[in-house]
Amino acid sequence: MYEKDGEKYFIVDSHSHFWDASRENWKPGREEFAKGWIDCFYGYHQLGPPETHWDYEKYLKVSEADFERDMFTEGHVDVAIFQSTYLKDWYTNGFNTAEQNAALLEKYPDRLIVNGRWDPREGDAGMKQLVEDHARYGLKGVKLYTAEWNEGSRGWKLTDPESYPFLEKCQELGIKNIHVHKGPTIWPLNKDAFDMADVDQVATDFTGLNFIVEHVGLPRVDDFCFMATQEPNVYAGLSVVIGGLMHARPKFFARAMGELMFWVGEDKMTFGGDYNIWVPKWQVEGFVDWQMPDDEAFTDYAKLTTATKKKILGLNAAKLYDIPVPEELRLPADAPGEPAAQEPPAQQLAGTTQ
Amino acid sequence: MTGSSSSGSGTVAAVRAALATVLDPELDEPITDLGFVHEVGLSPDGVAHVGLRLPTFFCAPNFAFLMVADAHEAVSAVPGVRAAVVSLEGHHASGEINGGVATGSGFVGTFAGEATAELGELRRQFLTKAALAGQDRVARPLVDAGSTPADLAAMTLGDVLPSPDLDRLRRRRLWLDLPADDGAPLLIRADGTGVPVEQVPLHLRRARLTRTGIELNGEYCKGLLAARYPRERSPA
Repeated sequence: MYEKDGEKYFIVDSHSHFWDASRENWKPGREEFAKGWIDCFYGYHQLGPPETHWDYEKYLKVSEADFERDMFTEGHVDVAIFQSTYLKDWYTNGFNTAEQNAALLEKYPDRLIVNGRWDPREGDAGMKQLVEDHARYGLKGVKLYTAEWNEGSRGWKLTDPESYPFLEKCQELGIKNIHVHKGPTIWPLNKDAFDMADVDQVATDFTGLNFIVEHVGLPRVDDFCFMATQEPNVYAGLSVVIGGLMHARPKFFARAMGELMFWVGEDKMTFGGDYNIWVPKWQVEGFVDWQMPDDEAFTDYAKLTTATKKKILGLNAAKLYDIPVPEELRLPADAPGEPAAQEPPAQQLAGTTQ
Repeated sequence: MTGSSSSGSGTVAAVRAALATVLDPELDEPITDLGFVHEVGLSPDGVAHVGLRLPTFFCAPNFAFLMVADAHEAVSAVPGVRAAVVSLEGHHASGEINGGVATGSGFVGTFAGEATAELGELRRQFLTKAALAGQDRVARPLVDAGSTPADLAAMTLGDVLPSPDLDRLRRRRLWLDLPADDGAPLLIRADGTGVPVEQVPLHLRRARLTRTGIELNGEYCKGLLAARYPRERSPA
């Protein structure tokens, strides 16, 4: 919980990790990729405020004590959702597996949620694993990494025929939150690797599932917004948006938030602090303090209300994951938020007031 | 490696100028402005060497390939350059891309089994975004100055005061075979037809969103490039 100016915020960090990128875990023969991957993350780390920067060795793998301090003691986080990223092609024991994450689960059963994963390329064995993981962790969500390499394959799509049985199983088991990371190097390479058409299609085919597009489809935020406007079960995961822009590129952060508020709406955005790319403390505090600038260039973007920030920082994700929210941290009457654009009224549109 | 004779340094300048015509197809900015050109050199026997580097090890290989191939083509065409060697450094597919471009293998030949088509369609898709974003760049100041949707729906490119943004928009339309002369409407849809007045506000919203997306992406890339190569002087 974070309190500022008499307002109390329930914080759900819906995109966090507890990874192992230590050198011992770099798969022999694949060191270049294992290092390349964590180096990318370390680049993103530099986009946070300088006083929050860590040295590279610490960044490779944090301890349980680090995690607890950074998230719960100092980071204001009430509940954190672990997203798994296996990458076993590059990391011997996986980069960030549900198993690794679950080690902390025993200690914080009420404050941690472990999301699973599946990969249609693993066929029957993968399906069996999903069912087992669900039984073991009570999964309510999965993180899908469609760009993940697997033997000779450089990735897959949600619309692949092999993917549908997994989506059906998720719907059947109540694993209703499908977090999708859109990343580089999807096969075939000649297509746009960040293309989101597959999310659009499955969101229509599986209305009982929620699709949370992490990093709002960056670098395709335009395609994401057009899709999210039309699909009621598509959500914007703000991971990397707040962490990567709010400090490093404040004007661009304002434009991104302005567009997301208009196209997606405050009821469909979820905060993700992306630990340990960054720690949540400065993100939560900075976002509560943040407001759309008053400059001329931002006049037709919506200002954020306290209720908007409460929803984005925790209440929206609490709803998706059925997380109980203490009475005093709820919104008064569950007031509906600023709706996103469907048929935007002309007077709302960019600077086209008469 | 840089040539010391006056004709050599003139050629090096021409190589740099040629590289300034190469765009990152995704970010719609010259690779020279983005800081992707790391080094430029010319050997005494007329071989131009260009070093490129990108913000991350995993930048999309398709766009990386296009930049290396475009740089190779632009530099090869410079008078005084006998041959061009373009090297992409620090990328997970550096070897394949550099080798593929050097041997003229095309994208499919370079990534046999992983790519099923050349990159023309991909390039076109992103140029289409750039041409929409460009409408925001040109129209936004007009909107701010009080132009109404009716004004904008009727406006042609010839009605707009000359500006670098207007030139940029015309070039992208020409590449796409979209109307780009003075009589062409300022606001057009992807198929080249004009935008009816009642659709102007939403069209402008989309144009601005598209521009925001491209520019956001560019800011990330610049930030990551600076984080990756922090202590070096500004690129060539």
